Amino acid sequence: MAEYKGIAVYCEVKDEKMLPIAAEGLGIGRKLADELGQELAAVLVGSNAGNLAQQAIAHGADRAYVVDDPLLKDCQTDAYVSVMEKVIGQITPQVLIMGQTDSGRDLAPRLAFRLGVTVTMDCVDLAIDSESKRLLQTKPVYGGNAQAVFTSESNPQMVTIRTKAMTALEPDASRKGDITSIAADLQASDIRTKILDKVVEEVAGIKIEDAEVVVAGGRGIGSAEGFQQLEELAKMLKGAVGASRPPCDNGWLPDTLQVGLTGKIIAPELYFAIAISGSSQHMSGCSGSKTIIAINKDAEANIFRQARFGVVGDWKKVLPAFNEKVKELLAS
Amino acid sequence: MNIVVCVKQVIDPESPPSIFKIDAATNKAEMRGVPPVIDPYGEFAVEAALKVKEAKGGKITVISLGVKLSREVVKKPLAMGADELILLDDEAYVRGDSWSTATALAAAIQKIGEYDLILCGREASDTNAGQTGPGIAEILGLPCVTIARKIDVTDGSARIERVTSDGYDVIEVPIPAVITVSNEIGEPRYPTIKGIMTAKKIEPVIWKPADISLDASKVGTAGQRTRLKKLFQPVYEGKCEFAEGDSAEEAAANLALKLRESKIL
Ligand SMILES: Cc1cc2nc3c(=O)[nH]c(=O)nc-3n(C[C@H](O)[C@H](O)[C@H](O)COP(=O)(O)OP(=O)(O)OC[C@H]3O[C@@H](n4cnc5c(N)ncnc54)[C@H](O)[C@@H]3O)c2cc1C
Repeated sequence: MAEYKGIAVYCEVKDEKMLPIAAEGLGIGRKLADELGQELAAVLVGSNAGNLAQQAIAHGADRAYVVDDPLLKDCQTDAYVSVMEKVIGQITPQVLIMGQTDSGRDLAPRLAFRLGVTVTMDCVDLAIDSESKRLLQTKPVYGGNAQAVFTSESNPQMVTIRTKAMTALEPDASRKGDITSIAADLQASDIRTKILDKVVEEVAGIKIEDAEVVVAGGRGIGSAEGFQQLEELAKMLKGAVGASRPPCDNGWLPDTLQVGLTGKIIAPELYFAIAISGSSQHMSGCSGSKTIIAINKDAEANIFRQARFGVVGDWKKVLPAFNEKVKELLAS
Repeated sequence: MNIVVCVKQVIDPESPPSIFKIDAATNKAEMRGVPPVIDPYGEFAVEAALKVKEAKGGKITVISLGVKLSREVVKKPLAMGADELILLDDEAYVRGDSWSTATALAAAIQKIGEYDLILCGREASDTNAGQTGPGIAEILGLPCVTIARKIDVTDGSARIERVTSDGYDVIEVPIPAVITVSNEIGEPRYPTIKGIMTAKKIEPVIWKPADISLDASKVGTAGQRTRLKKLFQPVYEGKCEFAEGDSAEEAAANLALKLRESKIL
């Protein structure tokens, strides 16, 4: 049997760019590799991925493996599973870190089962067990009500990491490392699915992932019109509007603005939760915010357990008066 | 059209977090005093199956794996309109991980033999993993599309809208295929009185590991490839500072002032 050694980070490439989560994976990967006294390898797969190898090395990798093939352009999971199966067979890492992204959610479990292992999805902490030297994989379960620590029985020990849960290193352009090319060797029969269209639903204004201020509303907002007052506050604070799941399910707001476990995971400076009860699944998406401010008519609502400031009351009365005062304060 | 839906029984994920408890001795979680439910994303998968059945006709077989499953809970998909229920209900299945669970479900699906679509929820509300569907696909050698918000079946293939963080992809996949379903598919229908009556009369089929040709070493804890070392509840130490006032308007203004004082505004 092959000897599994070293840490590998799958550095996801989208539109010929390395995603931020790849640098986050390399950041934690570097730490784990140093602790084990082993190498950190970056794996880049995609069309024109070769240009990004040096960037991965600058972010902490000792070496990079690149699979560069035009057939890999639109991220067909079938193709990526085949390619990654081959790459992992060749480099046999002890640990494989991927990102909990649109593509990672699809690719990681498929690849794990193809390799005969499981993957711990959506990890928020990774560490090496001092005795066994195995990877301790911490991930939220029960929608965030609890966290579980898992270990893998076999190699590679596979995980995906949650966005923004790990810290990237400052890139160091002077770092050097070997870059190895691996051929994709794709067979047409490997790819069974066909992507007919990629629909992007543009939202006007600042993107919720990038906003420093997010004004989010929940089921208690009651209608699409209700969100106009949240828009007003967001505009004043140069922020974005977001929501818990019910407003999206009800069509008051686009699905892409859902915050939470199965929506966006964000960490703005300021998060307003208005008429949101604060379910564990929702909090999974916003608990990294620096300051949470809640408006809810129920003093017992869970949101107040994590909020820094709050008002107990009907948002229809509270928010207009709050907006008015904020306008006044900002003008003064 | 033969549709198989995999749905599990879980502790109610919509209960308030304040009643969530972990029993440290057994590493088991519970929602104090609240009965278990069908997993919400599994319910969305049942809804997706019913939509396909409405459009194309066919039969929906539901499979649930667990130990001492509540008949009332696992029969809900039947009450919604599914046709048959197979339970992998046996002590041997206890405490499986995604590997042993997908292995058992795949073996059961193989035993069913005829299938065009296999539907699962995008992730279960307890494990939040999303591995069962893709795992079944790999074991059975089938193509897989995850996180579907719409499924249209045409001759020999399915056209699926897959949710992405900035919209959706339209993907065509030959069937049989495994598809995992997201909430954007639409609210699951409520069981009708007629549905509940019909469900009462349907006896679930029960398969032990031997019935699906699986050795005891492949199921439950014995078949795990992941070990749970620890389960704990994170603590939040923060304290909420409430802005008060004689009226809602005054409280609101005081909130703004507090934020200004703390240099947040
Ligand atoms: C596996 C799984 C994944 C999930 N993923 C997500 C996710 O990513 N994001 C997400 O948000 N949810 C998610 N959910 C759903 C989640 O469990 C909750 O159902 C949801 O977050 C509740 O949204 P809410 O707080 O807006 O609604 P509710 O829980 O119904 O709360 C509404 C709140 O509004 C308050 N309210 C009502 N009227 C007023 C008023 N006039 N003034 C002031 N306050 C008022 C009420 O007091 C209440 O607290 C998921 C569920 C599961 C099972």
